[in-house]
Amino acid sequence: MSSIKLDIVTPERKVYSQEVQMVIARAVTGQLGILPNHAPLLANLEPGLMRVKINESDEEQIAISGGFLEVADNIITVLARTAELPAEIDVSRAQSARRRAEERLQESQDKVDYARAKAALDRAMARLQAVGRK
Amino acid sequence: MANLKDIKRRIKSVKNTQQITRAMKMVAAAKLRRAQTVLLQARPYADKIIEMLARVGEVTDLNQHQLLTDRDGKRILYIVIAADRGLCGSYNAQVNRFASELIKKNPEASVISVGTRVRDYFAKRSYNVIGEYIDVGDNIEYRQAHEIAEAVITYFLNDVVDSVKIVYTHYKNTMSRKNAVIDLLPAVPPEKREGVKVEYIFDPSPTEVLNELLPRYIATTLYRAMLESKASEQGAKMAAMDAATKNAEDMIKKLTIQKNRARQAAITREISEIVGGADALK
Repeated sequence: MSSIKLDIVTPERKVYSQEVQMVIARAVTGQLGILPNHAPLLANLEPGLMRVKINESDEEQIAISGGFLEVADNIITVLARTAELPAEIDVSRAQSARRRAEERLQESQDKVDYARAKAALDRAMARLQAVGRK
Repeated sequence: MANLKDIKRRIKSVKNTQQITRAMKMVAAAKLRRAQTVLLQARPYADKIIEMLARVGEVTDLNQHQLLTDRDGKRILYIVIAADRGLCGSYNAQVNRFASELIKKNPEASVISVGTRVRDYFAKRSYNVIGEYIDVGDNIEYRQAHEIAEAVITYFLNDVVDSVKIVYTHYKNTMSRKNAVIDLLPAVPPEKREGVKVEYIFDPSPTEVLNELLPRYIATTLYRAMLESKASEQGAKMAAMDAATKNAEDMIKKLTIQKNRARQAAITREISEIVGGADALK
């Protein structure tokens, strides 16, 4: 079976680099599934969960806090502010971040605050989903 | 001639100082190694951002974007980056002097200082300081660069400043570094590359991708400058502490010779006194 290479890079380091079979990411316009030999693509990513199918049985979930996804020459490059595998996620921190964001969403009046709180909530939710605790 | 006891005391104190400088050199060496690693690890992201920007540039006119428009004004904002602490030779002084040389010619310039030493320098003099970031720490995080980048982007978009430049220290290797200044805003798009153009799908559109890409490109540029400065600082500190340790060594050598001379003089004097005494008895 053919495969596609997935590189996940954050400003601080390279987080992930492996041959995979399929990637499902949350793009701004909706869910985006990428299979091997995909056409060249540049997409904006929303904060959210990225699902990575490594083979028939193994699937990995990575929490991405927004960024870009590029496909070229059968290589997927994800540029993200942060990208965390379930093992690296601080659950209690994500939970308190989620609570804070929800409170701010209730209170916020202006658009900028709302957008920020929404983004923070998305990030927290992505982390919690990755560890399987919603 | 200083007396023997005083010289001994001085040798001891110089040795103590030497121990401290030697330890500081070692610490700086370890931190330098870390800073170098971080610098290296930051490269793939930065390279990729530039590559993506070039891709978008192939399909849109980059100069249309607000963050890329050259307003040709004189209100330049300088982000000056140096250390929080001293004991690193002329590192801080060099950055500050280099920056003030640049700014001196322009009365409309403003400054954002990054690092306690930069803050102290510019706060004391009559510069228009509009932002301060102190206690940056030894482990610079992207978050810090992002925060500063957001602030300067706001200044730029609200027409408070016409352009933004970074003054930092370019890291070459352990022994050499260079003061440098780079343009941050208006952002300088990467040069168009020759070769086959690949047809890309943009989701949602080239403009939208560009809108997201540019702030990150700016933050990354700043992040890189901060990392380079940090590596330079540790390099400078290591060199300064190495020199201090060597100086202490020289001083100990000189003092030891003095000590031996003083001791010898005391012995000679004693002998001549005894001989003189014995002669007198004859």
